[in-house]
Amino acid sequence: MADSPNLAVLVDDLVVRFEEVEAVGGVSFAVAPGEVFGLLGPNGAGKTTTIRVLTTLLAPTSGRALVAGFDVRRQSLQVRASIGYVPQAISVDGALTAFENLDFYASVTGVPRSERRERIEQAIIEMDLQDMLDRLARTLSGGMLRRLEIASALLNRPAVLFLDEPTVGLDPTARQVVWERLAALREQAGTTILFTTHVMEEAERYCERLAIMDEGRLVEQGTPAEVCLRHGTESLEEVFTAVTGRRIEEHHEGRLRDVRAQRRIARRLG
Amino acid sequence: MSVPSAASPAAWDRRPGVLEAGPLRRLASGTAAMALAEMRKLRHDHVDVFTRSVQPLLWLYLFGTALRHTHALTLGTLDYRVYLAPGVMAQAAMFIAIFYGLAVIWERDVGQLQRLLATPLPRAAIVLGKAVGACVRALVQALLLLSVLAITGIALRWSLTGVIGALAMLMLGTAAFACMSMLIAAAVKDRERFMGIGQLVMMPLFFASSALYPLSIMPGWLRALARVNPLTYEVQGLRQMLVGVGASGVLWLDFLVVAGFFAAMLAAATRAYPKAIL
Repeated sequence: MADSPNLAVLVDDLVVRFEEVEAVGGVSFAVAPGEVFGLLGPNGAGKTTTIRVLTTLLAPTSGRALVAGFDVRRQSLQVRASIGYVPQAISVDGALTAFENLDFYASVTGVPRSERRERIEQAIIEMDLQDMLDRLARTLSGGMLRRLEIASALLNRPAVLFLDEPTVGLDPTARQVVWERLAALREQAGTTILFTTHVMEEAERYCERLAIMDEGRLVEQGTPAEVCLRHGTESLEEVFTAVTGRRIEEHHEGRLRDVRAQRRIARRLG
Repeated sequence: MSVPSAASPAAWDRRPGVLEAGPLRRLASGTAAMALAEMRKLRHDHVDVFTRSVQPLLWLYLFGTALRHTHALTLGTLDYRVYLAPGVMAQAAMFIAIFYGLAVIWERDVGQLQRLLATPLPRAAIVLGKAVGACVRALVQALLLLSVLAITGIALRWSLTGVIGALAMLMLGTAAFACMSMLIAAAVKDRERFMGIGQLVMMPLFFASSALYPLSIMPGWLRALARVNPLTYEVQGLRQMLVGVGASGVLWLDFLVVAGFFAAMLAAATRAYPKAIL
């Protein structure tokens, strides 16, 4: 690994601009190896843009970002070889079975042929997918789909697993199952997990550390207990109100495309 | 949960095996993986292949039969359906290829494209893999069409080398048009708009080519357009190999033009592809 070998993720004064719009404005944070780190904030806060930079899908306008010690700009291939990524939209192929999806992602993420079977079997056990392997992905329930996606992102044994709104569109039971599986994964394998969410209660329960974003800026960070203590509040929702002056759900819902995408995800997971 | 030390962050084996393979090997294995996925999808949905195969048969047996005795279209010697068969074969494959861009836009909308672009798969493998996917569908369609032609006694020049050569030409043309389609998809980014532009591109390509009629009966301006249309060369090559009649008779030139078109489209689509996610 190159720079900062002791950090799984390092974001330093990151700026992303789309013409006049500043989607991310000078964000800095660090994630230790093995940590479960949450990026919180309402829709349009810049969380997905930040994840897109960290997964090399988007070049930053300025600033620096390292993942597993590799620079996202100069060493993008090494970054992509070191991560697992589950985007907000459902990314498995509905026209393939669950097993075929796993086999496909094992191939494209470069899992050696000799280890493919073993890795797929391990991911199946970790995400509890045994009963659905021969079913076309489009026939799976929302919770199963999310678990299948996470399983497919684990096959290359990533140093960092990025999950963009992993439980959006799921009912409370499916949401809990997904988190139970992620917690087990974290316990057994120590995988670093960076996830985004706009559900403060979820962050409170599952993050070891978190950063709150609003309108492209990072407005607070620390452990859930630390940030609550700092603002004398009981919950992260109250912390958000204390630092931004408004409630999280009052924020605009984002661009038309975002709204359409969210509705499409909810429909597919429904 | 406790935070493990940085020195031993996980029980995972972290060998970067994927990067040990060179770019060419990764390109080949990535392309093969995408082609395999496409074949598996076809296996789950045979209806798709059969419904797509109806269209060229309609062209051949309705349009072709209606104009069967119009010898001006075939330079006086052939049954028009024999002349038309390579044209509709190329057109049907182009139809599959051109609308592959729609799949790319859909994959962007549902997150599949983002997933792929965040893997170490070379960009060219993503484009090439999709092009091979289009080829797989076109190949199955072409084999079905050839079977129907053989069963119904359409008098092609049936030779093994001719059929293999024709299928190779068809694959090259399909891959090229699939890359062109991805290039359009990266530019328009919207399914509704793509449908309009897809039609706008496909129709002139089809009618300003030698798919339906020989270049010699075209007015000068249309012939000039047809001469810069890669579909013309693809059809000429197919006709040369399947029927034994070609406008130019220079098969290597037909292959060269289609291969050059494919290389240019592959390079352009690979360059434009990441923009498709924005």
